[in-house]
Amino acid sequence: MSTIAADVKDHAHDDHGPAKGYRRWLFATNHKDIGTMYLVFSFVMFLIGGLMALVIRSELAVPGLQFVHPEFFNQMTTMHALIMVFGAVMPAFVGLANWMIPMMIGAPDMALPRMNNWSFWILPVAFGILLSTLFMPGGAPASGWTMYPPLVLQTGDAFPFLIFSVHLMGISSIMGAINIIVTIMNMRTPEMSLLRMPIFVWTWLITAYLLIAVMPVLAGAVTMLLTDQFFGTSFFLAAGGGDPVMFQHIFWFFGHPEVYIMILPAFGVVSEIIPTFARKPLFGRDSMIYAASCIAFLSFIVWAHHMFTVGMPLSGQLFFMFATMLIAIPTGVKVFNWVATMWRGAMTFETPMLFALAFVFLFTIGGFSGLMLAITPADIQYHDSYFVVAHFHYVLVPGSIFAIMAGAYYWLPKWTGFMYNEALGKLHFWLSTIFVNLTFFPMHFLGLAGMPRRIPDYATQFADFNFIASIGAFGFGLSQLIFIWVLLTAKRGVPATDAVWDDPEGLEWTVPSPAPFHTFDTPPKLPAPKFG
Amino acid sequence: MLKKSVLCMIGLTLAGVAHAGWGINMPQGVTELSKETYDLHMKVFWVCVAIGVIVFGVMIYSIFAHRKSRGVTPATFSHSTTAEIIWTAVPVVILLALAIPTAKTLVRLEDSRDPDLTIVATGYQWKWHYQYQDEDLGFYSSLSRPSLEARRKQSGIDPFSVDNYLLDVDNPVVVPVNKKVRLLLTSNDVLHAWWVPDLAIKKDAIPGMINETWFKAEQVGTYRGQCAELCGKDHGYMPIVVEVVDEDAYQAWVDTRKADAPQLAAN
Repeated sequence: MSTIAADVKDHAHDDHGPAKGYRRWLFATNHKDIGTMYLVFSFVMFLIGGLMALVIRSELAVPGLQFVHPEFFNQMTTMHALIMVFGAVMPAFVGLANWMIPMMIGAPDMALPRMNNWSFWILPVAFGILLSTLFMPGGAPASGWTMYPPLVLQTGDAFPFLIFSVHLMGISSIMGAINIIVTIMNMRTPEMSLLRMPIFVWTWLITAYLLIAVMPVLAGAVTMLLTDQFFGTSFFLAAGGGDPVMFQHIFWFFGHPEVYIMILPAFGVVSEIIPTFARKPLFGRDSMIYAASCIAFLSFIVWAHHMFTVGMPLSGQLFFMFATMLIAIPTGVKVFNWVATMWRGAMTFETPMLFALAFVFLFTIGGFSGLMLAITPADIQYHDSYFVVAHFHYVLVPGSIFAIMAGAYYWLPKWTGFMYNEALGKLHFWLSTIFVNLTFFPMHFLGLAGMPRRIPDYATQFADFNFIASIGAFGFGLSQLIFIWVLLTAKRGVPATDAVWDDPEGLEWTVPSPAPFHTFDTPPKLPAPKFG
Repeated sequence: MLKKSVLCMIGLTLAGVAHAGWGINMPQGVTELSKETYDLHMKVFWVCVAIGVIVFGVMIYSIFAHRKSRGVTPATFSHSTTAEIIWTAVPVVILLALAIPTAKTLVRLEDSRDPDLTIVATGYQWKWHYQYQDEDLGFYSSLSRPSLEARRKQSGIDPFSVDNYLLDVDNPVVVPVNKKVRLLLTSNDVLHAWWVPDLAIKKDAIPGMINETWFKAEQVGTYRGQCAELCGKDHGYMPIVVEVVDEDAYQAWVDTRKADAPQLAAN
């Protein structure tokens, strides 16, 4: 027994750090290296998807067609969405999970490091394929990211490549989710019961289950598209007895949980940050966990609220309307709990806190328009208008992406060992916040006034707000270059302490900054809870 | 600087409100249900504003009052069952108050029985076809010529110089005022959606299926809308124009249309 223990000890990793050169990254099995790759990849995708958004906003700046043809415009909206959803937001959260979950639960690494490598390296391949469709005969997919048949079947040579890249993204997500669940379930330091897990770990655990539940559904839906196109089936073709609306049901059965896949980890990040900078424990921790679980459950029974105009029976519309309205309750609990966490705290406003506060404000605005969209008769007016575009950009940009930014600033000193440039961080924050509102707030008005989404040109009464939105979009895009500057100068600041911030709670703040290549050799003791 | 830009934005917003052409809210429309829809929209909007004022108010107060730079000591509380029950129960009540009137409107919206007139609208890439069921009358409706010329890439024609740019058609749908018009929707190719904001109607046109909706316009006038479901490259160029006229004018229109029909067919 003791000899084995000695052998194992001799095998300890203190001497060998990361491999050198490209091998370190190509053959990476270390959760920190893989986390870094995920984060860098997602940021590159964020910039590419952002450039596409700027093509869209350039064309929409004034009425008339100036820069692109309608078919290319549709390719841009489609690719922008696919890249932002699957390439930017989701991998960014997986990157944060890779970096932080093992450190937060006292584990030496992720449970399945080789699968971790595989799940990352599939992504550049998937997006390489997707981006290459821009150069194929017939152009990139132009049917919207929702890929509704029969329109999607009119895609040119890009069609099978679209399906294959979606399959690859799904495989990557499923493997990432399995890894996260196995790590959380098996590798927590023994003292850490489920309810003592950090809230970010909790929200990711729930998210990972959602991913496993719905990514196969998406894979099934796109596979049926593939066989409809090439193998003579008629799942969605009315002429062969199929049903085009069935695709929408299947897609949104994936699509609605997908929405929460992109927001639950954001809730987790914000719930970590606000207590740290309010210097006060998270209010109603348990109810936060129950609320997140509740939202995850409800996400499976509200999908048809994306389809109130397809001609559903009245009873169906009523059911999906009531179920959708219910989501307001757990979401409200989360917002109220964040506010109660701030209440009578002692707040400071470093960049992560600023992004987290803006998240609470602006995500709530997205929540309000979400509640409005649940009101079915009104939804019939809002549906497929710019009001919807405003709604989901409010929950995704100052929602998910602000939370990712908040997390990046919050943990950056732990990753690099140095404090980032706070003044630049604040500049990044203020410009992003001003421009994000300038971009997306006028879209509410456009939608209400009757502008449909996904059109390359519009009636002249929509000109003014579109022009404002385009100015905002360019401002927001340029503001992100400041973040690149922050990252490039990240190691020029003062060395970070272990705790980095003012006595934050969590195991990740007990290890040195930068965190050692292998964080924990033995399960760490949990520090006594700060607030009994 | 910040103050200036905030003032500037407020100014812009007010200018927007004053400038009727901008349109910042849902139209009240010209049917009973479009007005009900508008009322529901405003009701839920004001509920959101009220909740927003409270939540954001507390947050902003907290941001100013409970900051470390003021030398406050943080409290240590982390639970309050009373507070949590209140902010779970109050939203339930608010939601019920919203859900009941909404359900009532929805039930009426779905009741398309006993129409005075039935029109079948079929979506094509990229135009609409209308068939008047009891009249043996049908025609295509496409983007009108002036818009068609101005919409081309770098056409050199200023869209502002075109009347109803992108919202005008060669053959509008004509319906009588104060009559219940049932619309049956289908498609010949991909999905489309028929949307006229002033009638508060949006319904998908789906190949192989027939969808049903209805409206009863209470005011004579011309109402414009667009296809609302992405249907390919010219999705933005298949508008809908509905002309609501009085009964006599409608009959006259039907008669001329029928008289013209053989001639049109010959062409």
